[in-house]
Amino acid sequence: MTIVDRINAFARRVPTWVLYILYLLPVPWLLYLAQTGGLGREPIKALEHELGEIALQLLIIGLTITPLRRYLGINLLKFRRMFGLLAFIYVSLHLLVWLVLDVGILSQIWADILKRPYITIGMAGFMLLIPLALTSNNWSVRKLGAGWRKLHRLSYVAVILGGVHYMMLTKTWALEPVIYMAVILGLLALRLPKLRSKQAA
Amino acid sequence: MAHRWTNTLTHKDVTPQAHFMNRRQLMAGAASGVALAGIGAGAQAEEALEPNPWEDITQYNNFYEFGTGKSDPATYAGALTTDPWTVAIDGLVEKPGDYSFKDIMAEMTVEERIYRFRCVEAWSMVIPWNGFELADLLALAGVMPEGKYVRFETLYRPEEMVGQKYRTIDWPYVEGLRMDEALHPLTIMATGIYGKTIPNQNGAPLRLVVPWKYGFKSIKSIVRITVTEDQPVNTWQALQASEYGFYANVNPTVDHPRWSQATERKVGGGLFSKRVPTLMFNGYEEEVASLYEGMDLTVNY
Repeated sequence: MTIVDRINAFARRVPTWVLYILYLLPVPWLLYLAQTGGLGREPIKALEHELGEIALQLLIIGLTITPLRRYLGINLLKFRRMFGLLAFIYVSLHLLVWLVLDVGILSQIWADILKRPYITIGMAGFMLLIPLALTSNNWSVRKLGAGWRKLHRLSYVAVILGGVHYMMLTKTWALEPVIYMAVILGLLALRLPKLRSKQAA
Repeated sequence: MAHRWTNTLTHKDVTPQAHFMNRRQLMAGAASGVALAGIGAGAQAEEALEPNPWEDITQYNNFYEFGTGKSDPATYAGALTTDPWTVAIDGLVEKPGDYSFKDIMAEMTVEERIYRFRCVEAWSMVIPWNGFELADLLALAGVMPEGKYVRFETLYRPEEMVGQKYRTIDWPYVEGLRMDEALHPLTIMATGIYGKTIPNQNGAPLRLVVPWKYGFKSIKSIVRITVTEDQPVNTWQALQASEYGFYANVNPTVDHPRWSQATERKVGGGLFSKRVPTLMFNGYEEEVASLYEGMDLTVNY
């Protein structure tokens, strides 16, 4: 049995709900840390950044499912919806912390969304994820047919917006956001028709 | 000449956290008459700001020489050797030369200044500095009449300052002040916090503190002071002139292009602390507004 077979066999045995619980554990853990000083002297920004980073990571994991199957034969397809929905949950929490704990002033929230490009971009990414989260169920897949796949390509746009949003908020050219962006673009490049046909040939 | 300015914030204005109150009250008892004389003085004192505990001041820092994370300076600054330390004072001065930190301290009168500290990133603290007026240090070297600006430089020593191994900015860090800003009695060189030697992560052994300007103007671990005729180009201005200017006065009506400067969050308030309005010139309007009379502050940000 090859390593790929073993991974696939293992993935078949792991129930999705186990991963849901595992990936949601950081939420209470981060809240606990924030309350007890584990996130440093300014927990609001730290919490906001942690949630945002996890959301971006989950979106990126979602992007790896297809190339993993196509190029390596690793089949994690049954987890893709879960990663998408988890990403949506984390983006929502990230936004919620920003709205309620960070800014908390309604007039400034509106001004920031309209006037600050990195917030406008982040909001746009979140909005794109809403229809995707709402249609992440078997009924919608059946109902929308071929349109479902088209609709869910919006996730490519959303993850790029997320990466740009991260890059724009640092004071200098920081390394981390650039790495995230490179990974995102790399994973999207693997989907380009040219690369795909090469693989098929 | 020291004691040109009297604290308006007092040792009573300490952090709300109960566990810290005991120590702060002890500190208040030990404080000099300078702090007591300031109680109730000045309109800005009514804002009831509270100096942050030692932990906030020494564990939440921007000091890119030790990394870009807020806790990086506290983690890595221990590697810095601050003794011996020499400050080169040159340019348009009567007595240019290398001044050892020890010799400087022998000449200076150290006093306590409790100042608001407002970062350009919209967070703030109140810090009880110990230090001397920059004017006194400049007087030591004797500023020539042609001197219009003062340029400051931070130490460049990548083997001890891990952040300098990366070209996040063009080292060494440079800042500058107009001569009237440099000679203003509010402008100090800090050598201590809470009566203790200033920790490395806060800019040991001596750093600038200009309380009405964004924090990045208050350059740390200074090794060179140059009096010039031309306006120096400070590091952040060189990096991103559209976002950071030479003046960098705290101003709630002039936003950073990427975020609002109208409000700020006091560090250390926990998960549910609210933003508070930012004050013009960080609450020192009465003292410094005249320096900028007739200037368009939206242009000279």
